[in-house]
Amino acid sequence: MKVSMSVNGRQVSGEAEPRTLLVHFLRENLGLTGTHVGCESSYCGACTISLDGQAVLSCTMLAAQADGADITTVEGLARNGELHPVQEGFWERHGLQCGFCTPGMIMSAVTLLEENDNPSEEEIRRGIEGNLCRCTGYHNIVRAIEYAGAKMRGEEPAPAEWENA
Amino acid sequence: MSSTSVLGGVVRRREDPALIQGGGRYTDDVKLAGTAHVAFVRSPFAHADVLSVDTSAAEAMDGVLAVYTAADVEHLGSLVAQVPVGALRPLLNNGTVKHVGEAVAMVVAEDPYVARDAADAVDVDYDALAAVVDLKHSLSDEMLVHEDMESNTLISWTGPFGADADALAAVKAGIDEQKSRDDVVVVSQEMINQRLIPVPIEPRSVMADYQVGYGRFDVYSSTQIPSALAGAIGKYFGMALNQVTVKAMEVGGGFGCKLNVYNDEVLVAFASKQLGCPVKWTETRREAANSTIQGRGWIATATMTGTTDGEILGFELDGIADMGAYSQNFTVAIPFLGVFVGSGQYSFPTHWKMDCVTTHTMTTDAYRGAGRPEAAYYLERVLDMYARKIGVDPAEVRRKNYISASEFPGAVSPMGFPMDTGDYETNLDAALESAGWSGLLAERDAARAEGRHVGVGIATYVEVCGFGPSGLVDLGFSWAEYQMPSAFNGSSLVRVHPDGSATVSIGTGPSGQGHQTTWAQIVGDGLGMDVDRIRVIHGDTEEAPPSIGTFGSRSAAVDGSACYEATQKVQAKAARIAAHLLEASEDDIEFADGGAHVAGTDSSVGWDEIAKAAYQPHVLPEGMEGGLEAHAIFSPGNATWPFGTHIAMVEVDADTGDVRLLRYIGMDDCGNVISPMIVDGQIHGGIAQGVGQAMFEDAVYDMDGNLLSASLVDYILPTAVDLPSFELGRTVTPTDINPLGVKGIGEAGTIGAAQTVVNAVVDALESLGVTHIDMPLRPQRVWQAIQDAQA
Repeated sequence: MKVSMSVNGRQVSGEAEPRTLLVHFLRENLGLTGTHVGCESSYCGACTISLDGQAVLSCTMLAAQADGADITTVEGLARNGELHPVQEGFWERHGLQCGFCTPGMIMSAVTLLEENDNPSEEEIRRGIEGNLCRCTGYHNIVRAIEYAGAKMRGEEPAPAEWENA
Repeated sequence: MSSTSVLGGVVRRREDPALIQGGGRYTDDVKLAGTAHVAFVRSPFAHADVLSVDTSAAEAMDGVLAVYTAADVEHLGSLVAQVPVGALRPLLNNGTVKHVGEAVAMVVAEDPYVARDAADAVDVDYDALAAVVDLKHSLSDEMLVHEDMESNTLISWTGPFGADADALAAVKAGIDEQKSRDDVVVVSQEMINQRLIPVPIEPRSVMADYQVGYGRFDVYSSTQIPSALAGAIGKYFGMALNQVTVKAMEVGGGFGCKLNVYNDEVLVAFASKQLGCPVKWTETRREAANSTIQGRGWIATATMTGTTDGEILGFELDGIADMGAYSQNFTVAIPFLGVFVGSGQYSFPTHWKMDCVTTHTMTTDAYRGAGRPEAAYYLERVLDMYARKIGVDPAEVRRKNYISASEFPGAVSPMGFPMDTGDYETNLDAALESAGWSGLLAERDAARAEGRHVGVGIATYVEVCGFGPSGLVDLGFSWAEYQMPSAFNGSSLVRVHPDGSATVSIGTGPSGQGHQTTWAQIVGDGLGMDVDRIRVIHGDTEEAPPSIGTFGSRSAAVDGSACYEATQKVQAKAARIAAHLLEASEDDIEFADGGAHVAGTDSSVGWDEIAKAAYQPHVLPEGMEGGLEAHAIFSPGNATWPFGTHIAMVEVDADTGDVRLLRYIGMDDCGNVISPMIVDGQIHGGIAQGVGQAMFEDAVYDMDGNLLSASLVDYILPTAVDLPSFELGRTVTPTDINPLGVKGIGEAGTIGAAQTVVNAVVDALESLGVTHIDMPLRPQRVWQAIQDAQA
């Protein structure tokens, strides 16, 4: 069957089986391999994308269900060579190690900050509860999202912990 | 933030721009034209005779290229183990399967969905047999896991290391003799250190591309050990090492479970060679649980004997460790790593024995810490119980029994191992000060006065890492069959290109440790070169000199030292060239700010000029060979021995058993620090995995050998809401066995954390009479322990 959608601002269409998962359509048909498959059961969050403004898990959704949708993946966040504040925060605050959960984590963080650009630490932690990271213990992911929030509010982010050391 | 390369300074990670924009190239992202896809048929039984395998329906399906069974691959042999004790894993098994998830057949199809459909269509007839799962049952030998073996016990590791039976008996007798003293208490507890599933978020993935006519392989794999995998492919297919290239691109976490050559890697290569096309397989999360190695799995009794005023007279550990069905890479060697740290950083006599038994479950092997978290857990739990029994501050009991800083250099642990450097008391003091120890206890007591169940736990650890001397092969650690004559050297090649940029090629196989940044810092510091001018190539056996890879907190200490030494060699030659160009003395040349300078003058020459000269032999000093590159192999004289102190504060809801981690303080000493940012990040993640074991994670097999926690629904990982922000500090006691003075930090957090949390929870429940709870401390188990103690 033919499915069409807007992905990262570009209208795309392609052939998919009725059973093709959206994440496989993105990765295999569109070559957008930034969205990762971690568990195929909606528990790890590595496949998180933005679909019509909501953070959704692309591993438990069919490509057919996304027909007509407006999708943003991690590849679509940076604009004109400029990183999204959340991407910048992850880089500046060492919010990633192996990087595999990172695209999904960043997409969840973007949605979180779009809803509330000044979240408390507890609100950040609750906001990314559906995204598992095995490397960072979440410590620097929280710092990265705090950094991004400050940037989005037009404030100077707090110095990195290692800058105080 | 500083962007210059200063050893010990902060550099943003160079790997991050790709990873935060979705550009990271992991194995499953590799696309080659005509790639076929694999799905495995796996045993649903822990122990069963395979009566028949009917592949006809699968083979008849559209898009199926081949279905392979054991007969097709028997000629290749089985996997090999570094310590060849126990049964070796067949590539495919059509005889008697030995665990749920064991591979029975392999389907190759044009499309991954079709491959899975076809795997479901393979009809296997099994005759299910009773399974051996319980460790004590296995030890009894009432039923054998492998009918052709005499016993389920594969090996027993004892300590002190090197002691014969008489010497071991003498240590035991010495401890026993103290037990009858009036001023001595003995505390003993059987404890479970449960099995864990490593769960990197990236599932394992492998793609083999056999190049028809060229007769060579490119193998892409999510592995920590590219050189060993290349050696294995060479062995199985009778190919020279120069015909096999293994590329481990971005690896999405490993934690030890990608530190193995797996049968699937060999089988995917086999299929590629048979079919003449690239073949790929990526495991599902359920396969990652059932068919990728697991860790831990010990049950042991720990006994502490000491005086009523805190002088410990002896520690004993006696237990059983679960090896699973087959021995793979390090399997039976993992508890041996526990022997190294069996007596921790303490000076008391220690008698240690672990029987390694086989069961009808997935193989165990190295999971972050590998033998050392288990050893530290038993020691630090029973030490805490002893401190509680005699009513002495647990920090002070530890202090009283440490090996003193004055014993270094030259300290030898009671387990018989020479240790590099250590200053445990300074580290303990720093941790107590950082946590505000007496204030923390007062806060706890105030909360208790309000009726809350708040607890404070402390644990200290020493670990052993940075393996290690190439002479380990003489202890039986050899992967000679995978063409790794000595698995434990570090190896690095530094090359300055004609334009003055540099490349460092290194045999490590990182999975998030930031090597792209760290190696560039080492080279940049030595050559006075901006890190942006330095490219790092790792995880690629064609480009990089052979080394065993990244595990055991070894990369900085071993390969990093090789990187340093290769840099020194390049620097020495460059200094001669620069001195020649500047008409100065070689001894006055210093490297900084992108070139060479004559000390005390403003005379300098940039790397572009030095490099240009290096590739024009006629302008070089008389007799100097052209080119500017150097290779170094580093074989350390010992392992390294990092240490630390961890402190946790918890609150338990006694009505529900829910545990909340309020504070976590880590004070680690890994010697010199190259990047504080990366080192702290390693500790954060290590602590999270230790807390995960303490509170959530549990690989549960039922008595039939079914893994009940094979999905992330049932295998619970800590989420962001389960953990606090960590409070870290460090002491710095450099090692003297490598030129960088670094010890390694990849596993320290995990080694220190689990017992710290359990000690805190038991402290919180002291007034309710709870003295021990086996991990994981999930609400039901905590609640039950409270009920049992109150009964």
